[in-house]
Amino acid sequence: MDLSLVSLEIGITLIGVAVLLVDLWTPTERKAQLGWWVVGGLVAVFCYSFSTFNQGPGTGALGYTKDSLAVFFQGYFVLSAILVVLLTQSYANRIRSGISELYALICFALAGMSFAAGANSLAMLFVAVELITITFYVLTSFERNRFRSLEAGVKYLILGAASSAIMVFGIALIYGSTGALDFHEIARATMALNDDSIMLLYQLGVLMTLAGLFFKLAAVPFQVWVPDVYQGAPTPVTTFLSIGSKAAGIVLMIRLLAEACPPLQHEVWLRQLLALMAAATILYGSLCALRQRNLKRLLGYSSIASAGFVLLGLVTLNDLGAQAVLFYLAAYVFGVVGAFTVIAVVSEESADEDISILANLHQRSPLMATVLTLSIISLAGIPPLAGFIGKFILLRAAISSLEVHPIMPWVIGPALIGVVISFYYYFSVIREIFWGKGRFWKEEAPATEPLDCPRSAEVILLTCLFGLIGLGLFPEPILYIAGEATNFLFFAN
Amino acid sequence: MSPLTYIMGLPLAMALILAVVPGEKRPFFRWGARLATLGSLLLAIYVFSVFDPPITDQLGTFPAQATEGSALEDAYGYKFTQRVEWIPTLNIHYYVGVDGIGIVMVLMAALVAFAATCCAQEIRTREKEFYILLLLMTGGILGAFMSLDIFLMYFLHELALVPTFIMIGVWGRGKDKDFAAYKITLYLSLGALLTLAGVIMLYLQFGSFSLLNMMDHATQFAGTEAGAFSAAEQNVIFALLMFGLGILVGLWPFHTWAPLGYGAAPTATAMMHAGVIKKFGLFMLIKVALPLAPEGAQTWLPILALLCLGNILYCGLVAMRQKDLNLLIGNSSVAHMGFVFLGIASVTTIGLTGAVMVMVAHGLLAGLAFGLSGYLYSQARTLDMDKLQGLLAGMPFWGTLMIMALMAGCGLPGFANFAGELTVFFGAWKVYPVITTIGIWSALVIGAVYMLRAIRTLLHGMKGEQTPEVEDLKHWQRLPYALLIAVLLLFGFYPKLITDKIGQSNATFRQATEAQAKESE
Repeated sequence: MDLSLVSLEIGITLIGVAVLLVDLWTPTERKAQLGWWVVGGLVAVFCYSFSTFNQGPGTGALGYTKDSLAVFFQGYFVLSAILVVLLTQSYANRIRSGISELYALICFALAGMSFAAGANSLAMLFVAVELITITFYVLTSFERNRFRSLEAGVKYLILGAASSAIMVFGIALIYGSTGALDFHEIARATMALNDDSIMLLYQLGVLMTLAGLFFKLAAVPFQVWVPDVYQGAPTPVTTFLSIGSKAAGIVLMIRLLAEACPPLQHEVWLRQLLALMAAATILYGSLCALRQRNLKRLLGYSSIASAGFVLLGLVTLNDLGAQAVLFYLAAYVFGVVGAFTVIAVVSEESADEDISILANLHQRSPLMATVLTLSIISLAGIPPLAGFIGKFILLRAAISSLEVHPIMPWVIGPALIGVVISFYYYFSVIREIFWGKGRFWKEEAPATEPLDCPRSAEVILLTCLFGLIGLGLFPEPILYIAGEATNFLFFAN
Repeated sequence: MSPLTYIMGLPLAMALILAVVPGEKRPFFRWGARLATLGSLLLAIYVFSVFDPPITDQLGTFPAQATEGSALEDAYGYKFTQRVEWIPTLNIHYYVGVDGIGIVMVLMAALVAFAATCCAQEIRTREKEFYILLLLMTGGILGAFMSLDIFLMYFLHELALVPTFIMIGVWGRGKDKDFAAYKITLYLSLGALLTLAGVIMLYLQFGSFSLLNMMDHATQFAGTEAGAFSAAEQNVIFALLMFGLGILVGLWPFHTWAPLGYGAAPTATAMMHAGVIKKFGLFMLIKVALPLAPEGAQTWLPILALLCLGNILYCGLVAMRQKDLNLLIGNSSVAHMGFVFLGIASVTTIGLTGAVMVMVAHGLLAGLAFGLSGYLYSQARTLDMDKLQGLLAGMPFWGTLMIMALMAGCGLPGFANFAGELTVFFGAWKVYPVITTIGIWSALVIGAVYMLRAIRTLLHGMKGEQTPEVEDLKHWQRLPYALLIAVLLLFGFYPKLITDKIGQSNATFRQATEAQAKESE
């Protein structure tokens, strides 16, 4: 057994344990500062994870593989976790106790995501998913003094447990029908399947496993938990749910579809199912966000819509689509983190999350106004920001498979409609920033005094600013890496 | 480096510089923006004057034998090109260059942009944000007219979308400004997305975003069966581009955003949008859609010709009923787009030349008209024509220019609009005689009715009882308006100045018209 293969995960877990230990000897008022050390550790791990990029796949017997796809996603997850830890630190005033546990839990969830990135067997897939999900049960209800946070935790727990149960049943069916857990062995076994009823069991198993992943992704009809959990969970946790947990579901889906189901890739019904879900997810997310006034709920629905776009890339079931999904996610991080950071800072000051708290932000804090505006523009997919390139290559991948998949126009159409609808609510946020009138049910004018931004939040905002513009104007490096990571993934096509 | 890069880069660079200047230094923003657009204008004039048309005979050896680089640029008559690799994975380049159509559009855009920044002195609050947004918009649209890479073209045009929304919302006027801001944004983004889908389909067809390579491939496709670009695909692509770009221009019945948006926008935004940005859709239709999907064009252009009647007739009639000066100008500007669409739909060299002339003339005219009405609004705080009467006596300079602008709008000879519209009618006559006849009649009658009525109520006669005290334009304030009207007259009396340049875009036109001609044989 080669432990160096999982050195990244070991490192991350050790950081988490170290934080818990150091916490014992740290005075209460300085506990929040531990975040800088966590960030430092994660940055070191992040650099390490990239130093191993493209060293050729190393496969262990553990159902874990470290190919370029895994390294891409591990880099992605570590970057997200760094931003989330920084956000947690600026959020520390609202966590009454146990800030170090919060840091540690984020590290443990990160370890789970990192395993998910390299999962190569159903056992590893399930363990990784559970490691992520169980950590998030705790994380979502971390503000124990807030009723909403507890409510979010319970809702996530019940629905998460149900989806895990479905998934594990699916895994059992796959194992029962093929006698294998390793993805490649499953693929080989299915090639030899000639009994229709066993094939049916296998297909049912794959569908149920996918259902568990759709839950992570928040694709219709597995999206009901999103608005309440996003609203109730502490903002850093919401951010991590939106960028980390979702991406873990995506990488597992890519691996499962590409490696474990070659026979299914040619089945028309799978494509139709994915296409239907993509269209429904995009339209549902966009339409429901229209009337939202709570910023976190609004971003929750917008994250459902973007899950639909990810599915749009996956419907193609080819390398081009997977590459587009990878880049889309990389662009998505900066938009989501930038938006949630500003919301966290502004909502702390006004103890509210209504959209009207953004009124006069352009005057109160030009930096926050700029970053929030750019984040929103990027999420909406408008040049010259990262989100536009992401949406562009997703559409390119979808349109390029028009000839192969007659179903495609029925996804691209709703996707375009969804984008136009999404402009309405995204631009409502911009409107509030630049000429919002404050709360319409109150007579008083919105505040105009300058709004301070904590140091750690400033670091995040500048990172996001850099990332949004950098990826928008110079997307080549990440596009290239994403292309390398997904090369020959769907070799069957 | 190509001077075109500077024309586009100056406003964008100035926007960056202004972003780091503290907001209290208010004159800095105004003068910085004027300086940058003036620089672009001077460079554009320089490029326009030295743009030396290739000799027409050389184009006889069409299609070009070269597939790459400068030979292809020469064959299609492009000058001042610059090509830098940008996103190699997607085969996207920073690739700029102008032919005859490009240079006249760049010149017009730079003129209107300079005039717009000069007319923006009504902005008294949050000048920093305003000028940054205006410069972003200007740099983007100037770049869009000179892009030879379709991705770059689309990318730069979209830079104007968000600034428009914020400018109308923050500095706009009227109680409907929020509605107008949303409406203009949603319509424009819908148009842009349809266009994007069309652009991606073109890219997948040709494997390149380079306009020249695509045109070259299209000519090679035309003769052969193998690898041909099937008519069915062309129909889809042309429909996407025609309706997508049509929405951006205000093609009937997707035009309702335009008068409303321009009515609510601050002066400089209305000038830039109605004058310049709206022309982008037409520009891309002529430069991209017609030559690359000629068979699709044959299917859809008759429909475009019918829809353009909607612009000419319906919007003209709507303009007749307007009491608000800005809504009148806005509706008439949408009506004028009908002539350009008619010119495009004819797909004859004369018709297309006329269409480009109308685009230039109307850009200058819309800039002038919205600038003048914006000045009136800054003086009177209203544009309701029931309340504004007999203004000529009080403000002779403004009034004279307004009369000239309105007259130019109904096609008085001597202004560039007349030359352009006449050329369009010459071109369209052979192809769509009935539509052209209706167009001419309504252009004359309806246009004259609302323009003359506006002149009568607004300018002539005694000063109305409710009319507020207004001051005329003074000294240097006259400069931008004088500049626009001077160029309008110059191109009106001596249209050869621009037709010579436009005529050199023969290759583009020929590629578009040849397929049409083949069909009719």
